[in-house]
Amino acid sequence: MNNFGYKQAEDTREAISLIEHNETAKFVAGGTNLIDLWKYNIANPSQLIDINHLAELSEIKTLEHGGLRLGAGVKNADTAYHPVVEHQYPLLSKAILAGASAQIRNMASNGGNLLQRTRCYYFYDAEVPCNKRIPGSGCPAKDGYNRIHAILGTSEHCIAVFPSDMCVALAALDAVVNITGPTGNRSIAFADFHRLPDNRPDLDNNLKKDELITSIDLPEKGFAANYAYLKLRDRHSYAFALVSVATALELKGNTIEDVKIALGGVAHKPWRSTEAEEFLKGKAANAENFSIAADLILQGAKGFGYNEFKIKLAKKAIIRNGLMALNPESQLPGAQPSA
Amino acid sequence: MGLKPQNLHKEPILNCSVTFKINGEERNVSIQPWVSLLDCLRDHLNLTGTKKGCDHGQCGACTVLCDGKRILSCLTLAVMKDGAEITSVEGIAKGDDLHPIQQAFIDHDAFQCGYCTPGQICSAIGLLNEGKAGSREEVKELMSGNLCRCGANVGIIDAIMQVKDGGSYE
Amino acid sequence: MELNKTVGKSISRLEGKLKVTGAAKYAAEYKVDDLLHGYVVSSPVTKGKITKIDTSRAMAIPGVIEVLSHENRPKLAWFDLQYMDMDAPPGTVFKPLYDENILYNGQPIALVVARDFETARYASAQIDFEFEEEIFQTCLEDNLDKARPAKKGFATALKPPPPPPTGEFETAFANAAVKVESEFQHGTEHHNPIELFATTTVYEGKGKLTIYDKTQGTINNQLFVANIFGLRYKNVRVLAPFVGGAFGSGLRPQYQLFLCVMAALHLKQNVRVVLDRKQMFSFSHRPPAIQKMRFASDMNGRLTALGHEVVAETSNFEDYTEPTASWSHRLYPAPNTLFKHKIVPLDVYTPMDMRAPGGSTALHAIECTMDELSYKLKIDPLELRLINYSDVDQASKKPYTSKALRECYLQAAEKFGWKDRNPEPRSMKRGNKLVGYGMATGIWDAYQFPARVQLMMNSDGLLVVNNATTDIGTGTLTVMTQIAADELGLSLENVDFRYGDSKKPFSMFQGGSAITSSTGVAIVVAARALRKKLLKKAAEMNSSPFKKAGDEDVFFESGNMHLKKDPAVMISLKDIIAFNKGIPIKTTNMGKPHMLKLRKYSLATHSASFVEVEVDQDVGTVTVTRAVTAVAAGKIINPKTARSQILGSMIWGVSKALHEETIMDAKLGKYMNANLGEYHIPVHADIGELDVIFADEKDELINELGTKGVGEIGLVGMPAAISNAIFHATGKRIYKLPIHFDELI
Repeated sequence: MNNFGYKQAEDTREAISLIEHNETAKFVAGGTNLIDLWKYNIANPSQLIDINHLAELSEIKTLEHGGLRLGAGVKNADTAYHPVVEHQYPLLSKAILAGASAQIRNMASNGGNLLQRTRCYYFYDAEVPCNKRIPGSGCPAKDGYNRIHAILGTSEHCIAVFPSDMCVALAALDAVVNITGPTGNRSIAFADFHRLPDNRPDLDNNLKKDELITSIDLPEKGFAANYAYLKLRDRHSYAFALVSVATALELKGNTIEDVKIALGGVAHKPWRSTEAEEFLKGKAANAENFSIAADLILQGAKGFGYNEFKIKLAKKAIIRNGLMALNPESQLPGAQPSA
Repeated sequence: MGLKPQNLHKEPILNCSVTFKINGEERNVSIQPWVSLLDCLRDHLNLTGTKKGCDHGQCGACTVLCDGKRILSCLTLAVMKDGAEITSVEGIAKGDDLHPIQQAFIDHDAFQCGYCTPGQICSAIGLLNEGKAGSREEVKELMSGNLCRCGANVGIIDAIMQVKDGGSYE
Repeated sequence: MELNKTVGKSISRLEGKLKVTGAAKYAAEYKVDDLLHGYVVSSPVTKGKITKIDTSRAMAIPGVIEVLSHENRPKLAWFDLQYMDMDAPPGTVFKPLYDENILYNGQPIALVVARDFETARYASAQIDFEFEEEIFQTCLEDNLDKARPAKKGFATALKPPPPPPTGEFETAFANAAVKVESEFQHGTEHHNPIELFATTTVYEGKGKLTIYDKTQGTINNQLFVANIFGLRYKNVRVLAPFVGGAFGSGLRPQYQLFLCVMAALHLKQNVRVVLDRKQMFSFSHRPPAIQKMRFASDMNGRLTALGHEVVAETSNFEDYTEPTASWSHRLYPAPNTLFKHKIVPLDVYTPMDMRAPGGSTALHAIECTMDELSYKLKIDPLELRLINYSDVDQASKKPYTSKALRECYLQAAEKFGWKDRNPEPRSMKRGNKLVGYGMATGIWDAYQFPARVQLMMNSDGLLVVNNATTDIGTGTLTVMTQIAADELGLSLENVDFRYGDSKKPFSMFQGGSAITSSTGVAIVVAARALRKKLLKKAAEMNSSPFKKAGDEDVFFESGNMHLKKDPAVMISLKDIIAFNKGIPIKTTNMGKPHMLKLRKYSLATHSASFVEVEVDQDVGTVTVTRAVTAVAAGKIINPKTARSQILGSMIWGVSKALHEETIMDAKLGKYMNANLGEYHIPVHADIGELDVIFADEKDELINELGTKGVGEIGLVGMPAAISNAIFHATGKRIYKLPIHFDELI
């Protein structure tokens, strides 16, 4: 609710130079999360640098070696409905369309989606302690009302979850995040982009303060034949996931050749388990094997009272979504469980 | 405990001149950067048809069409829309002739208190423009960003289905 | 003569065009010159004292005019009585900015007034407070030892405490052939109309104010403002022609009204105060409650004992109660009963009526218990209700003026296809979904309040109808126009119902599903008087054919008055006014319930809800796929708007059963999901096929119109019908609302 300056950046270079010289400036694209956080006294930018007019960020294009590059400034809706995404990466399309509302998807950028902050009640209330907001102030969620909180990868400092749906699919698809900054460009594998809270819950990801996401690359393999996204929540739409699952399968007959499973709503980042995926490779795609995989994914899962149910729910969801991936047409609007 | 929001910028912040086309009419406002498009419409341009229900992107009452697409005006800064074409509920009817969606809302009693209605109507038109919803289930899903506390949901979806399927919308 | 009648016809809302074009103006939307904007500062502390306020940083911000707090507020009325509104429970009314004491989290502690909204909002966070915090209690479960009966007071008349026990409940229950004992838990709910509470006060000078307010009672708020600020009643005008939903939250004047008026009087300027969504959780809510149920029957399903003991939350300053415990006896006969309603005062704001207060909470417990009993008895749930059907209200031993509940049961069951139900839980399936059918009964009071209406027949043939009531989206404008049009044989276009204005003749607040019967009856009474006056005037004309006609000898149709025995003999109402030298003929009359006659009867609406749910067999997600509610509510003036009332309240039932809950963190003493993202009300995707039946119910006793009100009855049966359907689908009884789907895995 503080006042701030506003400047439109003409190009990426200018954007970086503006933020490099202002410690408290913030980029704004869709604004769907930042403006909200600002109104709640949680974000306090001195200046907004509008990156909506950066041509470099605004394209979706196929990559030479196969794969697809999603401009960071492209809107979530335009990404989900892009013909190549719908065709080659339907898992991503479904996941995006399961998030937020049509209006928000029309506004929110791809880069911004990666940078969403948690919806933890305690983080969102500037009047109460929160280690993510004010490091060292405490975490009332741990023994508070934590129905929406994490069961995996938590720390004593933070049990918040990362709320994105899109990123669950991007994690499953092994996307790569392309970044630019004062010292040049770099790329981060999606799995390494977001971080666990550990003792720095204030840091959601490994993007530096003066860096800008320019695009997200999808590898050629899109698992378009066998995929499913399942989102479980307290109403059928326009609510954050309690548990979500993205499953991508490559099958030969009924045998799993390749598999990616990512979970949302359970951790500080989209959750993957190499062990579980390795287990499934070469196995039959059936409930029994998905169940064993689920146990592997959920190893070490720990509840905090009100969110205890997520352990059982996540297991059921992983199995069900594995089966749904065998028949992707069974998926319903809003990523509800199949009929 | 509370973080006191501070004005950290060093230079005084000047008003920005913003020009948009609102409901077909060019409008210029001199505005501070932190004024939302919603407050700009309501307080600065006296276009109060666009409603504030939550001011946080959680109810859809502030939905307007920006360059034909439905967006939430509460999470949009007015300065970010310089040069854009905005349609609010006041610009949906052509003079006295209601848009088919507006007439269908009346016919299906798709509102009670009327407060979420402008957002529902703009959202419905955005939905029809997008052309992504076929079935009733899909329409319901893609309209779910607009809450109605009176519970006029059935009438709202009936109204949209009638216009979508009835060919009265082009 | 019935040719042109509009009552009973589906008429589209007359204000429809204003609402679909954005032209309808709500409280915060009036364009007023030189308007100042107020922003409320809310207490971050749950209980304690403000020890220091430093406003210097806020006051230094350009554009800030004033910061009002208890330290510098203007002098106010002193006595509690002067703060009492028509809906105040017994106790001490909360007085904003009164002193340094903090009574609950989110309490308004200051008002910033600035030249624009953004500056006021920014400055609201630049005030430095120091607090002395005290230990607080906000958890009902932890404080059950403090439960006590409510104090009696002014509001007890509408909400009497439960009747004393009958028979020998404990013995009867202990020795019963079949019995069910269970405990139900309901959480806090907030009304959350989509329109934010707002007031625009126009300072007219000389102690005069025009106030655009979000309220369900213009006169209630007019009196409140005048009493507190020492103004003459006639100098305070409260207007609320459009109200963006309220559901009970507007029954009492809320603090933004108080603060806005205080600032306007203090600064002698026009001021607007709009609350934000978080602040919408800082006044009034449906209280959390714990209900202990003990029902017993004989082997044939005849109820022998009804026990219903309720403990609910209230604030530490007012004793709020809602009618809960005795509803079962109003439905079902039983010789032994035990009903109790106790309250636990906590450090929260006083709860308040929220759509079907008490009824929706109690009937959930009652009708789930009946369902459980039906399973113990192996009797169909509908059959069990019919076995215990009574035309007499057992609580008062009075017959109902009318009760078409049996028709509701049968018609809704038929339309729903109840006979296809296999009673065995988990026996019905559809793909991955367990299918469940459930049913429940609803009952709600049929209230009528006194109301005054002015009718004025103008020279242009327009009938003006004046009454202070609001139209909170219920269809009041349309319904009253229909009633008045029929009474004087006019078309709808020739009736102008003017409302939402405290300057108009008296109306109680718009609550209790009562306005159609209240203002509607007053229109009927006034119309009778107006017809008499018109006839008298017509009879004064030279060689008038109406000279010898009495009231019963004429009828009114298409803008004319006719002789019954020779309808060709007629005179237009315009001509009568012209004969009156163009001076409108008017009358003001009071409509009121016929207390003497009605004392012998019980007055209620009834409903039966039948629900189908699908529960995912793996992950537990619940969908109410379809529901049928049949309602017996006397005469339905406008089936279109009445159906919307029922549909809307059925959706409230879905919401109560499956979605909405305000989460209290008792360690912090505050609500943690005070926003519409995490306080879940259903979205379009949650709503299945809903059907409404109005059972034919002629009631010639209840009032001149035969109406009973439809604002709440559609809600009461739904939560239990949904819970029962979920039991049928899954075999699980969940006693806590809302039902979280993960409990069904």
